[in-house]
Amino acid sequence: MSNNILIIAEGRAEGLKKVSYELVNMAQTLAAALGGAVEGAVVGSNVGAWAETLAKTGVTKVYVADDKGLEHFAPESYTTALAAVINAAQPAIVLFGATGWGKEVSARVAARLDWGLATDCTAAQIENGALVLTRPVYAGKAIAHVQAKSFPVMVSMRPNLVPPAEADKSAAPLQTVAVTLAAPRAQVVEAMVKEKSKVDLGEANVVISGGRGVKGPEGFAPLNELADTLNAAIGASRAAVDAGWIDYSHQIGQTGKTVAPKLYIAAGISGAIQHLAGMSSSKVIVAINKDPDAPIFKIADYGIVADLFDVIPALNAALKAQAN
Amino acid sequence: MPFNIVVLLKRVPDTESKITLREGAVVTEGLNFVLDPYGEYGLEKALQLVEQHGGKVTAVLFGSADAKETIRKALAVGADEAVHISDPALEGGDAAATAKVLAAALKKIPFDMIWAGKQAVDEDNAQVALRVAELLDLPHVNSVIEFNLEADGKAARCVREVDGERDVMTTTLPAIFTAQQGLGELRYPSLKGIMGAKKKPITDWDAAALGVAAATVGAAGAKIQQTKLEPPPARPPGKIIPGDAQTAAQELARLLHEEAKVI
Repeated sequence: MSNNILIIAEGRAEGLKKVSYELVNMAQTLAAALGGAVEGAVVGSNVGAWAETLAKTGVTKVYVADDKGLEHFAPESYTTALAAVINAAQPAIVLFGATGWGKEVSARVAARLDWGLATDCTAAQIENGALVLTRPVYAGKAIAHVQAKSFPVMVSMRPNLVPPAEADKSAAPLQTVAVTLAAPRAQVVEAMVKEKSKVDLGEANVVISGGRGVKGPEGFAPLNELADTLNAAIGASRAAVDAGWIDYSHQIGQTGKTVAPKLYIAAGISGAIQHLAGMSSSKVIVAINKDPDAPIFKIADYGIVADLFDVIPALNAALKAQAN
Repeated sequence: MPFNIVVLLKRVPDTESKITLREGAVVTEGLNFVLDPYGEYGLEKALQLVEQHGGKVTAVLFGSADAKETIRKALAVGADEAVHISDPALEGGDAAATAKVLAAALKKIPFDMIWAGKQAVDEDNAQVALRVAELLDLPHVNSVIEFNLEADGKAARCVREVDGERDVMTTTLPAIFTAQQGLGELRYPSLKGIMGAKKKPITDWDAAALGVAAATVGAAGAKIQQTKLEPPPARPPGKIIPGDAQTAAQELARLLHEEAKVI
């Protein structure tokens, strides 16, 4: 085992995901403390371009497992490929992005190699030679501080914690890692068309959520108009989802999605504990509710006590005027 | 064709509960404990499959001795029997240690498929079921929102969700599936179900029954250990913007731009 940090890059058709560049910067800090180097890895099919980009981010080497068998996602094949690059690199710490993909493959690889894995962390540092991590639990109702008892260890880090590394440095060497893949038993056979929701909740800078106060499916219309102005994603409280006004995939809360956008606008949401758990680490929170005693106002940076159907269109008009 | 289905469940605080900490631990007095919500979706799917095809649903819950009442909830909605894994020697483990305990238990239970929640809503690890799949050399499909058996009953076709996108995955059986919200409507226990649950068998297993090596499980086997639990940072007090809706909205637009600088 070396003192190196290996970051596992993740991409999609357009190229590497932003979190991959963020992992490089996080790894630099850890590597400096451990006295090791930062290396990267890409796995997939036809991923030469990803590897070349990653090689310019300041890493000292990029391991590449490029195999036709990785064209469609198959948990077992990706586990085998990732285990191969990790075995080739012999790092002290492996960093994954805490995306759906990162969390899924890291769990299986950790089991195969019998390593510890801390999921969904928001901070990582070396203290007295040990890796200490911060991770929200109970969807953020409490913050756990955990420590890796020994190295090597795996971690998945949430996106948007640090600025991304730039791919503007001289290219590090690539090292091909050969993989032998058996036919997978479980695999993706068809990618479905993405839901019409334009902005993904997890990546959105602005989220506008509606609750019981929107009164029905049509009540989301003014929220959608505001979302168009702000390039925002639409969220919802469990009350709105349970009432059948909007698809569950928009639900924010402990059951549902945890989001931390720059701006979270809660419209007609009272602020049940399970909802607050999913959004209270947002940078700025705006609450609009007719009830001045609604708990949402306790955590809001800005509150307006009025009917959302009056406020939202007025806010939309004011923002449009401001933009001009 | 009948199926033996195992559902992995966990006892967790109700998501509507406030989490209070005392000396770095969650105060459990007065806390309402439930079956983990995502695991419940898996349980519901297991019950539906057995209703359609016959077979048996076994609920497996790894948790402290006071989890019995929670296990009864799984029996009350229709699980046929339950296994309660409990032993002080198994406590304090991380996801790696927990998965080893569950894998050892599953070697003693015949199954055609295993369901679990995509994550438990307490520790939010989202890795135990997937680790179990690897330890048992089983294929898995994660975050399932639609599940269909193939005609021969030996494979399944699922829609699963990942990062807001959906795709179709197929797998052979036996396999592990983790349930995501959207998989189906949950049933509520009937009075008859609640009464009947008292007569259904719960098998108790401890570390000795599972034959797990002490060094690999519990606090001794944990590779990640918790050192501190804290409340989340308090948010600074906010302000209520006065005036009618029109005035307040205009002021909000200005504040978001000039003061908060988020727009």
